[in-house]
Amino acid sequence: MMKVLLSGNEAIARGAYEAGVRVAAAYPGTPSTEILENIVQYKDIYAEWSPNEKVALEVALGAAIGGGRALACMKHVGVNVAADPLFTASYTGVRGGLVIITADDPEMHSSQNEQDNRNYAKFAKVPMLEPSDSQEAKDFIKLAFELSERFDTPVFVRSTTRISHAKSIVELAEPEKREAPKELQHQFEKFVMLPRNARVRHPIVEQRMHKLAEFADLFDRNELILHDTDIGIIASGTSYQYARESFPTKSFLKLAMVHPLPARKIREFSARVKKLYVFEELDPFFEDQIRAMGIAVTGKEVFPVCGEFSPLTAAAGINGTEKTLENPPLLEYLPPRPPNMCPGCPHRGIFHTLKTMKLFVSGDIGCYTLGALPPISAMDTCICMGASVSCAMGIDKALGENNLGKAVAVIGDSTFLHSGITGLLDIVYNQGACTVIILDNRITAMTGRQEHPGTGFTLMGKPAKQVNYEVLCRALGIDHIRKINPYDLAQVKSVIQEEVNRPEASVILSEAPCVLHRREFKPTNRPHAVDESACIGCRACLQIGCPALEWHNVGDKGKASIDQTLCTGCTVCAQICKKEAIREGK
Amino acid sequence: MDKVTNILMAGVGGQGVILASEIVSEAMMQAGYDVKKSEVHGMAQRGGSVTTHVRFGKKVYSPLIKDGEVDILFSFELLETMRYLGTLSPDAIVLVNNQKILPPSVTLGKDEYPDTIPGLLSARYPRFELVDALGVAQQAGNAKAVNVAFVGVLSRFFDVAEDIWHKAIAAMLPPKLVDLNLKAFALGREQH
Ligand SMILES: Cc1ncc(C[n+]2csc(CCOP(=O)(O)OP(=O)(O)O)c2C)c(N)n1
Repeated sequence: MMKVLLSGNEAIARGAYEAGVRVAAAYPGTPSTEILENIVQYKDIYAEWSPNEKVALEVALGAAIGGGRALACMKHVGVNVAADPLFTASYTGVRGGLVIITADDPEMHSSQNEQDNRNYAKFAKVPMLEPSDSQEAKDFIKLAFELSERFDTPVFVRSTTRISHAKSIVELAEPEKREAPKELQHQFEKFVMLPRNARVRHPIVEQRMHKLAEFADLFDRNELILHDTDIGIIASGTSYQYARESFPTKSFLKLAMVHPLPARKIREFSARVKKLYVFEELDPFFEDQIRAMGIAVTGKEVFPVCGEFSPLTAAAGINGTEKTLENPPLLEYLPPRPPNMCPGCPHRGIFHTLKTMKLFVSGDIGCYTLGALPPISAMDTCICMGASVSCAMGIDKALGENNLGKAVAVIGDSTFLHSGITGLLDIVYNQGACTVIILDNRITAMTGRQEHPGTGFTLMGKPAKQVNYEVLCRALGIDHIRKINPYDLAQVKSVIQEEVNRPEASVILSEAPCVLHRREFKPTNRPHAVDESACIGCRACLQIGCPALEWHNVGDKGKASIDQTLCTGCTVCAQICKKEAIREGK
Repeated sequence: MDKVTNILMAGVGGQGVILASEIVSEAMMQAGYDVKKSEVHGMAQRGGSVTTHVRFGKKVYSPLIKDGEVDILFSFELLETMRYLGTLSPDAIVLVNNQKILPPSVTLGKDEYPDTIPGLLSARYPRFELVDALGVAQQAGNAKAVNVAFVGVLSRFFDVAEDIWHKAIAAMLPPKLVDLNLKAFALGREQH
């Protein structure tokens, strides 16, 4: 069969196709997003962007209860959102196979925390496989479906950023042909988790974990690799690759199944090697369990708990020291290059205005979180998706009347639909005097522009109903709903001013598409330019952090200019300029 | 060749660093090597620094290059070059595209863009090469082909047949852009 270079995410999608998956559901989130973006190329699979991870897992579980193979994908923190169905799906088990991808992000390249989701496997009593390259990513998806059906359980496959976003060579195979399930089965004891049934299911779950532990010992992908036995290393995922790279002549126990652990294999391995290391990124997940088996291991005393590993981590931990840098820096200070809102981004004017108004901004997650960074620096909290709205409620209740005119919640459209609606319902029901700004840029921008229930299209490209935020908010009970054009700074300011000073709940809908959203964004102005004779070098325009604005040290104060290839003509800088020195170009 | 070759590619979001890494990886696979390549997507792309690790050889384990073992630093931007010197092996090739992209603190007039970079690099690295890939791409007819022109320059360092490179470029680009990019690649490959 053909060999191709695939990322871990592409390989997972391919694995789902080869396994004959019928239904795949996900909410985007780095580093998991490309799995569903790639699955859509396989027309036999129904694939959807769900509004959030809980819904995605429930859709997949439903598909599995219906008898089809189903996949749910999410980033690590997405499993927190999906945790409720997860723990009970462990009790019900499945009919068709159910596989859940958790894509963890050690080092937090694009995340708010670096939780180690291997803990969820143990906590929810669900087996977990962890591939160490793209070939395994594809193979383990197929294996996970077999295990799911054989042991009647959901199965986790854990990826990390360095699996999902690394490419390696994969051999493709033909897909399994699977018919659509013919009918539903009524299985009251199995699928209706009333206490009396759940009490029966729990011991079944415990027996299942015992059987899976026995399987783990026989499973040939939990591999003993015996070379020099002075040092033995237990590892999985990319950690295995890093350690193998640094210590090619040492012995390894490579774990493909990270929960439950193969106790006999671990004992056998520890008996064969003189010094045993556990080399695992993030938590001492193996280490604690191996110690509990009464086996002496070295782990987190020499390898860090925080951050991601590299080949150097293995060498530094095991050799004690690492050679010093042969190439020290040539320059002491390098100007940083942080990510930035795009030129013309509709979020910029909003955050600039919030800054000038000195409001406390209960923030959320999305491209607009960049509004927290200099030079704008206008966001005061960022916790998890949806928290902007409910935290604003808590702030309001804590300060009471003292909060009037001081705080505002800001949330993106995709984030609002993900988990902002219930918070808003709380504000209405429990009478918070909060103002919530919904930034409707018509797309899930941050993760690379995915469709959502407000965009008018599905993942598979079908036209769809678009949520009407105004009608929705009104139905929840919001009486004051204002629409603003985020490029009209005077309007933005006056509307926010009025609403934050209103002792009642209100919603401000900021409507303008993401500038990278080809279907929706139509620039109305030409790029702008600075009239050098009018520019007095006050630098006011630079305070919005637009990548199209440049500074030149000319004259005694210097002058601004605008990169014509980057400017979208959004006019935000022109409105800030007190000298009217920025005008539309010809 | 048992030894794994390690290329660290660096640049700024939007310069086409990732596409360049795709082309090189594809070519090396077609040339019969084991290949791994790794980068970070997401926030890093919005005008921020971008790096990608490309590794090939008989058998590659880690998707990341061990610090101190980069054989070739393939840098699309002068300042970005300076961030990764700590990762280089002692006799590394330092191949740099002679382009400046001003970071925000410089456009805002807070920092200066250091103007000593080529001199500093050539004083320390005997195998430093400065290339005008943008000029090469413009010569080929489109400034946007700068990344493929630069891959052309890189291709001289490997014993991989020209037609394999062509196939890799054709596999990675939309059909209507292939001819232009093949031209940019060929001009890059002729640079000395
Ligand atoms: C539970 C959870 N799922 C997914 C993510 C990844 N993520 C963060 S914000 C976001 C959506 C951003 O879209 P939107 O709210 O529309 O804001 P925009 O980026 O378009 O400005 C996503 C997918 C996350 N951080 N947490």
